[in-house]
Amino acid sequence: MAKYEYSYYPGCSSQDGASSSNLKRSIDTMCEELDVKLNEIPDWNCCSASIGYGSGGVLPRMALSARNIALSEEHNPGQDIVATCAACWLATKEAAERFKDDENFFQEANTVLAEANLKMTNQTPIRHMCEVLIEDIGYDKLAEGVKKPLEGVKIAGYVGCQTNRPFGIDGESFENPMYLDKMVESLGGDAITTYEKKVQCCGGALAFSEPEKSQEMIKGIIEAAYDNGADMIATPCPLCQANVEIYQDQINERFGTKFEMPVVYYSQLIGVAYGRSAEDAALDGQIIKAKKLEDIVGK
Amino acid sequence: MSDMNTAMVEKYRNDFLKEVVANVEEGHWVKMCMQCGVCSGSCPLGPHWAHPPQEIFMMIRAGKRDEVLSSDSMWMCTSCYNCIVRCPRELPITHIMHGLATYAKRLGLAPRNQPTSQFSEIFWNNMMKRGRVNELKLGLSLYFKDGFGQGVKNALANQKLGMNMMKAKRMSPAEFFGGHGVEDTSGLQKMIKKAEEIELARLNANK
Amino acid sequence: MSDEKKFAAFTCTGCGIGDRLDVKQLEMTATRDGKMPSCQTHEMLCSKEGVAMIQNAIDNDGVNHIMIAACSRRAKIEAFHFPTVAMSRANLREGVIWARPEGDEHQETTQEMADDYIRMACAEVRFMEVSQPSGEQGCVENILIVGGGVSGMTAALEAAAAGFHCHIVEKEGQLGGWAARWHKRIPFRAAPEGTPNTLTAYLPEPVDNDVADLIAQVEANDKITVHLNARVTRTSGAPGRFSADITTESGQLVTENYGAIVQASGWKPFDIDSLPKYGHQHPDVITNVELEQMAREAGDGPIKRPSDGKEVKSVAFVQNAGQASDKEGYLPYHSGIGDLVSIKQALYFKAQNGDDCDTTILYNNLRTPGAAGEDFYRSGQQKMVTFTKGEVNEVANGGNGATVRFKDKILDEDVELPVDLVVLDIGMVPNAGPDPYAANESLEGMSDEDREEAKEKMASETAVTVESILNLDYRQGTDLPQLKWGFTDSHFICFPYETRRTGIYACGPVRRPMDIRQAQDDATGAAMKAIQAAVHATHGEAVHPRVGDLSYPRFRKEGCTQCKRCTVECPFGAINEDEQRYPQFNESRCRRCGTCMGACPVRVISFANYSIDTVGQQLKNVDIPDEFEEKPRILVLACENDAYPALDQAAMSGQEISPWARVIPVRCLGSVSLSWINDSMNSGYDGVIMMGCKRGDDYQCHFVRGSTMAAERMRKVGDTLQTLNLEPDRVAVHEVAITDIERAPRLIREMEEVIERVGLSPFKF
Repeated sequence: MAKYEYSYYPGCSSQDGASSSNLKRSIDTMCEELDVKLNEIPDWNCCSASIGYGSGGVLPRMALSARNIALSEEHNPGQDIVATCAACWLATKEAAERFKDDENFFQEANTVLAEANLKMTNQTPIRHMCEVLIEDIGYDKLAEGVKKPLEGVKIAGYVGCQTNRPFGIDGESFENPMYLDKMVESLGGDAITTYEKKVQCCGGALAFSEPEKSQEMIKGIIEAAYDNGADMIATPCPLCQANVEIYQDQINERFGTKFEMPVVYYSQLIGVAYGRSAEDAALDGQIIKAKKLEDIVGK
Repeated sequence: MSDMNTAMVEKYRNDFLKEVVANVEEGHWVKMCMQCGVCSGSCPLGPHWAHPPQEIFMMIRAGKRDEVLSSDSMWMCTSCYNCIVRCPRELPITHIMHGLATYAKRLGLAPRNQPTSQFSEIFWNNMMKRGRVNELKLGLSLYFKDGFGQGVKNALANQKLGMNMMKAKRMSPAEFFGGHGVEDTSGLQKMIKKAEEIELARLNANK
Repeated sequence: MSDEKKFAAFTCTGCGIGDRLDVKQLEMTATRDGKMPSCQTHEMLCSKEGVAMIQNAIDNDGVNHIMIAACSRRAKIEAFHFPTVAMSRANLREGVIWARPEGDEHQETTQEMADDYIRMACAEVRFMEVSQPSGEQGCVENILIVGGGVSGMTAALEAAAAGFHCHIVEKEGQLGGWAARWHKRIPFRAAPEGTPNTLTAYLPEPVDNDVADLIAQVEANDKITVHLNARVTRTSGAPGRFSADITTESGQLVTENYGAIVQASGWKPFDIDSLPKYGHQHPDVITNVELEQMAREAGDGPIKRPSDGKEVKSVAFVQNAGQASDKEGYLPYHSGIGDLVSIKQALYFKAQNGDDCDTTILYNNLRTPGAAGEDFYRSGQQKMVTFTKGEVNEVANGGNGATVRFKDKILDEDVELPVDLVVLDIGMVPNAGPDPYAANESLEGMSDEDREEAKEKMASETAVTVESILNLDYRQGTDLPQLKWGFTDSHFICFPYETRRTGIYACGPVRRPMDIRQAQDDATGAAMKAIQAAVHATHGEAVHPRVGDLSYPRFRKEGCTQCKRCTVECPFGAINEDEQRYPQFNESRCRRCGTCMGACPVRVISFANYSIDTVGQQLKNVDIPDEFEEKPRILVLACENDAYPALDQAAMSGQEISPWARVIPVRCLGSVSLSWINDSMNSGYDGVIMMGCKRGDDYQCHFVRGSTMAAERMRKVGDTLQTLNLEPDRVAVHEVAITDIERAPRLIREMEEVIERVGLSPFKF
């Protein structure tokens, strides 16, 4: 029996061959190390993220989350739902809250679920993997397992939007959440606590539809990391990671910059600090290589 | 203009605020705005909004129905939730913006070639096919949304990015042929159909 | 008590005084230079034993004048409280050892400072008398309350609850004032704590008018006498012994004695007809005052349009109509509560004319003061009152209904809004009597002769349009002085109830625009102050800010030249003239600031414990080193209210104060006599600094005008210096606030620099 066990909602982008498959790989490694068992919700579906609203009304969108909650209740009873993707977590949690606030809405959701022979009681806590790390495991415990401290690596903790707002992590502020910095310190790295863009929007889905406007914001996020002397940016959010990492070529072309700033997940930092291989820590998933992490792996 | 739109115009002739209260997600909160402008100042895309949220709220109260619903402003929302957490009156501004966008689109008033509106539709359709997003097809539909020629151009412009992603195993050509999806696709689709019916019935009752 | 002065000096060595200073030397200075028959030392003079030592000298040795050399006169006032004797204090702790650095190189100048402060305190006490009440006052446990609105009634009920009798004088035929006519009132309380922010949560709503209850309470109270249709036609006397004539419309006259007076004369609506752009001339454009009447008449039914009686289905409120503008014909200020009133009235329409009655509040800056304010605003929004930020340009006649033309300031566009009814949020104008100083203010800066001439001219040209409220028979005018815009003068932060007429307290909207809740708080405070003034007067004690002071101004009649400066300059109108045109001091009107003393060119006015000599002898007893020693002396006359404590605090916080400075606290810069400046220059001081409170409209002077008077007088110092052939820079006047703890010592250093530049005084002997 693993020490911790959760009902896991990985989300579309974490699937094999998808844009944050590296997140899933590093999460799996991290959970192995921390004795966390993740039971994937069978047949989970997309949450419609925060862009579904153009075609989907409120109820259809919330119904998507209702289905995941219902499936989790049925197959992983008694387990908290844990998501690793900011949008997945936010959409599911938001839906669960609305069902709680509005009885009528809750009834409608169940009417809809009945079409697929499902039902939900909506009693399951919806949590983010960072909450599990901070609240269930804790920084001290996290620090205990470090085998290769991230000594001398200067890391800008980029929390982004949806991991932080509107729910965020208990006890942290919306304007200046510190938990990524605390994680980095627990792993022996240098947290850049003055990183002023830590909750700046990366453009979200508009990185696809409005690349010019989004890339201007991404430029600011990277620039601030350089200004603060960062070796890399670390983030909990798959869309943040992708938006800030993969467009650096295009941004360099558009703005004449010379960015080459690695953007990694907190779970990759943990994998490396816990002494795992580059592959286990999914460092091969980087488009911009995280040299300093690779060096530590090679030690 | 849709029939629904005509009906709504008829019913709420003089009171757009009431129309918003009745039909828009969280629309009943609009009246509580105190016009402080913190939302507009907090929006990362603020400078790109023709009418920032504060102004949208004022326009709703002033009955500027067409200007609001045909505005591309709401489509600038990145769902960053900055406005929500900062609003001193705790209005769910992000949701209201989404709600207005949804409503405008439903009435056929949303601006036609608004890229985020188009992307949103592509995303929804892509997801609804198999219950999960197919990123490869999503990307391609977006590139080709303005026709084949523009699509090839877009794809070429993003060629390097695509290659990078494939090298990092974060994009797979296999997705083009089937790819991921839920098993109970039909159950899911029935659900969403039902949900849409319930919502439409509610709107029709408000006509 | 015998008339003979018997002195004793006491020195404390605690708090480091004994370590830093040569105490033997101090004792010698007190007995030899200070002429004290004895000087006893204690290691902690403020301790039980130390105090007992002093008390013993008073009780058993017949000592009636004591000099205490210890800490600042602002410290340990409870321990060193000897009301039966005259007492001076040499400030060795804050004034010397804390203000100077340790070290051998400073020892000499530090000891010199301490010796000087001992000499000064000894000289001061030698010229002091024991303060004793004049015995002029009685106490009348009866308060006169002018005005029978909410403020006046509340003041009466509060004073009655404290055991005082009250007379309310109301000019109308019934009690209640404007508030009694309101349909409903603004809520006083916010939503209960923990009310969720939901759209259905209960938020405060307009509350039933309860002024009738207040009237009933007043009528049922046997300590309160009400005079309706009446006015105060004459007020004379002073706190503790006011006498007032109350005359009714029918001509009946009642004369009563009062211990103190509360003026709650209220307000009147601004006359919006003078600004036709607001359209009040049109039938369907009304003021918020008029709406109350209409709403009330409608009962719980719909409010109807005046032009044709149609039920109102749309209404616009024009906020701030004719207010807060320096344009001709406008009220220069904002009345503050109009937005709350409009929210309340908008909710009348929602309740009486139906949810579908469109109500728009056109505001520029929405202000919702008070506990319920923000929640009441939300309450209005919750019920779909529309709040539009816009500037109204015109209200036009719509035949039936009216059209508001305004600029929407959010959407930046011109809008025409046709409605059934327009309600104008008009301002509150204070019901004050004529300002006794209205003429003076415009004449400031003129020479005395020009001013008198201009005043006479003005008096003959301007017909008296404002009726007096109090009809005081004071030398300085019939009514309470005003600060601006007709509101009675009181310091909004430091002493909100005090007027410039002791024992007369203003409250309610005559003081500033306010709502019922604020007026009731205000009235309660004024009633308490009135009782305080009456009781203090009984004991011959001063009220704010020299609370409890028993001294009072006396004058040497044979020396008086009847120049009237004291009567004119007294900020409190305390001095009348008797039949022979000599000043007639009314002690209990006096606040003991000493402005009269500072004004008197022949130096005949004094207090038992504060006089030309108590200060003059202090400055003369400072040891002035000859010019070859190169030790300048700077006299600092520091107001005891702000500047002196600022210097004390500077020392406490470890700031250095120049070793050349000798600080003498004064009651107010208004009390500073030009003779002191003259004497100090003649005695060889190298510089003089006067530190007083801020003057002007936003004054901080505790005696309101003292600081201003001083500044005016000091313009004449230049002449004195010129006669002596001295540089004008040697005398400086500064405004010093109690918070200026870094600046105050810096100002003294600046004077050091001046002296360095212009050289030492040639008048050293």
